[in-house]
Amino acid sequence: MTYPVLEVSDVTVRFGGVVAVDGASLTIKAGELIGFVGPNGAGKTTLMRVITGIIKPDEGQVLLGGKDLAGLAVNQRIRAGLALAQQIVQPLKAMTLLENVALACGAEKTRNPFSAMVSFDRDAENRRALELLSRVGLREAANLEPAKLPLGYLKRLEVARALALNPQLLLLDEPLAGLNQSEASELADLIKALNADGLPILLIEHNLREVMRICPQVYVQDQGRPLAFGPTEEVMSRPDVIQAYMGGNTNAAGQ
Amino acid sequence: MAYEITLVTTMAISILFALSLNFITGFCGQISLGHAAFMGVGAYTSAIMMKADIPFLLTIPAAAILAGILGLLVGFASLRVRHDFLAITTMGVVFLFVGIVRQQEFLGGEIGISGIRGSSFGRLGFMAICLGLAGAFAAFSLLIKRSWMGYVFDSIADNEDVSRILGIDVSKYKLIAFVVGTSAAGIAGALYAQHFRFVGPDSFGFVESITVLAMVIVGGIGSVWGVAVAAAFLSVMPLLFQFVNDFKILAYGALLFAMMRWAPDGLAGIVARSMKKLRGRS
Repeated sequence: MTYPVLEVSDVTVRFGGVVAVDGASLTIKAGELIGFVGPNGAGKTTLMRVITGIIKPDEGQVLLGGKDLAGLAVNQRIRAGLALAQQIVQPLKAMTLLENVALACGAEKTRNPFSAMVSFDRDAENRRALELLSRVGLREAANLEPAKLPLGYLKRLEVARALALNPQLLLLDEPLAGLNQSEASELADLIKALNADGLPILLIEHNLREVMRICPQVYVQDQGRPLAFGPTEEVMSRPDVIQAYMGGNTNAAGQ
Repeated sequence: MAYEITLVTTMAISILFALSLNFITGFCGQISLGHAAFMGVGAYTSAIMMKADIPFLLTIPAAAILAGILGLLVGFASLRVRHDFLAITTMGVVFLFVGIVRQQEFLGGEIGISGIRGSSFGRLGFMAICLGLAGAFAAFSLLIKRSWMGYVFDSIADNEDVSRILGIDVSKYKLIAFVVGTSAAGIAGALYAQHFRFVGPDSFGFVESITVLAMVIVGGIGSVWGVAVAAAFLSVMPLLFQFVNDFKILAYGALLFAMMRWAPDGLAGIVARSMKKLRGRS
């Protein structure tokens, strides 16, 4: 049988007495693009960190392609097929954009330190990095250093670097946050296009307008609890979802 | 001639020692304030073996291995700490080393081990060995810098959390940097013992650890030739100028401060910037 790309089942995370995530379950199948939304404090980032392995859940499990990720460190989960573009952009500052991406392209060479020690050639990785930078629209900036570039560029760099890992699943943590409307919708179009090429994507995002525009399905979490999971229009018109989002002001939900 | 041989030998040993710290601090970005302890392990290993009539050349690999094993242990302990905390942890290592050595009778206690017999190579031959080893490690460093390992080290020095989300096993790479750097320091220690024919607990303390860090920073963190030049220069300063010898920690402290304040990228950075200016003018 084929396994779903990602299966999060009954994950619960407690910080002391606070239940940050309470029985969250979520499945991503091949080729899906799922928007992961919820108001502030809904436990979105916590669940993302459970998936990437930064936080260990108190209960539940995370399966990637049917394989239990429990006990694997972040770098091992990346090797297993996850890739992450972070909300807070973290370029390697002393490197050009090309070098940032080429390092990720060389994942096979960096897997074993001893083979990394005797590998020198970077041509293939540089070529592929340039392709990926072109894909995200950063070709002209390839040889620039991140320090001088605007946030919009660095958000794209995060995406290019994640793509360089050839992931089974791409996790995007608020890629649109901090961008203006036209930058945001451009990047959202790119995300949609990447998914159309067959890459499964889990998109955490506050920009509901863009999520509703590009994601066929959404998963909603509120106060740590899974609230809804299904086709976007259906879910986003549910009264309880609107209630959670708008804090009871259902009148604003129409727009 | 004897004086010049002493100067060049001193320089070569310091270059090897400074480059060994550069491998850890410059390449992999892991600060160490206790690097002299590993030189000490190598020096004592070689001294004791020489006393037992073992050929000098055999003491070198033994010094490297013992220092490397200690480096691996310290590396493991250091994986959990970063930045300032790593600095304090490694500082602890050197105080621990000196404290333990002082108490051990078989290491000569406070008095140290003196009267180490000379190698069969003579002063000139020994100088050539020192130069050869320093040169070999410099070449090795340059090679690593160009390799994918050097690429990964750059990323770890830059931001190790990013290295992790790019699938890199940061701990493994850090441990390798520690083992390579501390083994090379052990070799420098074996050379030191042979050069001075004496080892004592005060030769490998905190002051020496700061001195070697000063060499790395003045040369330019991560720059192989910059660190080599700085090490050559700073190692003979106390021999040439009595003042520097008397006020070593003051002189090196002032230099460290000046470099960090005005040229944090060291000699290598100053030269790179001047070259850029010159080229821009022509």
